[in-house]
Amino acid sequence: MKELLKVEHLTKTFTSGLIGGFEIRAVDDVNFEIKPGEIVSLVGESGSGKTTIGKLILHLLTPTSGRILFEGKDIMKLSKKEIKKNYYRKVQAVFQDPFASFNPLHEVDRAFDLVFNSFFPDVSKGERNDMINQALVQVGLNPSEVRGKYPHQLSGGQLQRVLIARSLLLKPKLLIADEAVSMLDASTRIDILNLLGDFRDKYGTAVLFITHDLALGYYISDYTIIMYRGTIVEMGDTEKVFHNPLHPYTQMLLESVPDLNVKWEFKGIEPEKEEGAVYSIQGCRYAPRCPRAKDVCFKVRPKLRELEENHWVACHLYGGE
Amino acid sequence: MSLLEVKNLKIYYKTPAGPVKAVDGVSFKVKKEEVFGIAGESGCGKSTLVHSLILRKPPMEHAGGEALFKGKNLMKLSPEEARKIRYTQLSIIPQYAMNALNPTKKIKDIVWDLAREHGHTNRSEVEKLLRERLAMVKLTPKVADMYPVELSGGMRQRATMVVSTLLNPDLLIADEITSALDVTTQRVVIELLHHFMEEDIVKSIIFVTHDLALLDKIANRTMILYAGKTAELGPTEEIINNPTHPYTQLLLNALPRMGVQYKKQKLKGIPGYPISLLNPPKGCRFYTRCPYAMDRCKDEEPPLVKVGEEHYAACHLLGGESQ
Repeated sequence: MKELLKVEHLTKTFTSGLIGGFEIRAVDDVNFEIKPGEIVSLVGESGSGKTTIGKLILHLLTPTSGRILFEGKDIMKLSKKEIKKNYYRKVQAVFQDPFASFNPLHEVDRAFDLVFNSFFPDVSKGERNDMINQALVQVGLNPSEVRGKYPHQLSGGQLQRVLIARSLLLKPKLLIADEAVSMLDASTRIDILNLLGDFRDKYGTAVLFITHDLALGYYISDYTIIMYRGTIVEMGDTEKVFHNPLHPYTQMLLESVPDLNVKWEFKGIEPEKEEGAVYSIQGCRYAPRCPRAKDVCFKVRPKLRELEENHWVACHLYGGE
Repeated sequence: MSLLEVKNLKIYYKTPAGPVKAVDGVSFKVKKEEVFGIAGESGCGKSTLVHSLILRKPPMEHAGGEALFKGKNLMKLSPEEARKIRYTQLSIIPQYAMNALNPTKKIKDIVWDLAREHGHTNRSEVEKLLRERLAMVKLTPKVADMYPVELSGGMRQRATMVVSTLLNPDLLIADEITSALDVTTQRVVIELLHHFMEEDIVKSIIFVTHDLALLDKIANRTMILYAGKTAELGPTEEIINNPTHPYTQLLLNALPRMGVQYKKQKLKGIPGYPISLLNPPKGCRFYTRCPYAMDRCKDEEPPLVKVGEEHYAACHLLGGESQ
């Protein structure tokens, strides 16, 4: 099956400082694909560039270089009108803070009006109502409990469901979920995740699940991409990445996850050394923290190599030039 | 020996619509040399509970019960007495610890102000101690001469931990201190708390979090709060492996863990939402979401009953004998 989204040599540089400022390569030569109906989790800590990638795909930021191909077309070459009318019809997003996604002065229903006005201007009012109610029921909400309410009258979980219901109306090809469940309580979080899964099972919607939480990524995704400071260090089938982590960073990350089945030994982990210059390192960006770093790691950026089928790693420990 | 004994504590928020019963009759003990974990969802009263012990201010109101800390009732202290024991006996690392330090002062000045308030007179000694402690949390001693803004989030977090524990408090309250941190940084913070205990810098810790998996790593005993009341209390291992309250059971079942995938095994959340604390029902506060709810759950409040060694839970399914 041909890929739905293809990211090629994607790079985004932010410049900071007014005069003679320094550059931060927030995303540095990133390549990956999302197949139709695939749930891909993009995992990384703060500063890894995962949100920037989401914003680039959503056309909210312009890449410094590289291409984003959606259904074979370079999205940077689409006209403004095409982006609004077609692209956003197929690519939708749910963000971290549901309270920030709603205007507190308007009833939550207004979120739906925007979708109808943009994409279904000809639908009659009665039909509109039915469609909204249907979508709300599908995400497990009781329309009478939600409609006509203001955002502050609902919980974060309910609001997040409303936003998912809104995306559901469009049946998008790709949903970008940027930390979409991070703010929710453990008791509601898993249901929202299941919703994303159901959504995919029913409509074949691919999901890019951006998260810092490895356990959530593991639970929901088919494919996992691990990022560190703007570069992909490891990616592959979720089972392979989690059960056979190859990159020292992935290994350390997995060790740090508090998992119910595993006891921690207190052995004194080295805190992160603050490396302001990490974004300008020629070699592997993890090298300054890596316990197994060699000379070559500081000089040459390791390339992603496929070590086993559908399991890629960028690390000099596994050969390459 | 218990360091802190909380008995039937009630902390309400005064609002025009009536009192919001955020903490409503909670009892527990914190022993010497233990980490006591408090877990619950947002709005369950966990932060209110610990803040009421040290930073009670309007609209937060003490509505009943007591909190005996080394024999003194924290609810009855004068502002002067409260100020005296703060930092020296009872200290807190607040939730937004990263932003808790005064941005206009150098770390060493913040610390000196604090030490002076508590009767220290030798500045160079205090600064020497500060530099030692900074080294202990793997920060360079130069941090003492820096402003908080010059530090990254993770470093500021560690600096705040040093400031909060500098005067060796007996009891340290850590309120959601790792929630905003990356997993690797979180692990470092947990290691540091463990180290503080080992070095006898603090005697006991109350660790407040929404993350049960994290308590599993650090807390000796755990209390699960739900809507202002204790749902279950006991040794952490017992709570995790042998939960008896339906809420604890469902909550644990909702946690993703390694080896569980959507494709193979669907986890289930808890349907519904917590009740309003403005006019909470008379009976069990979980009954609206509980799959086992019976008639009596609505009107009759379940007492905390003993279900195992030091293990208590409040549910009518477990019998009704009051302890």
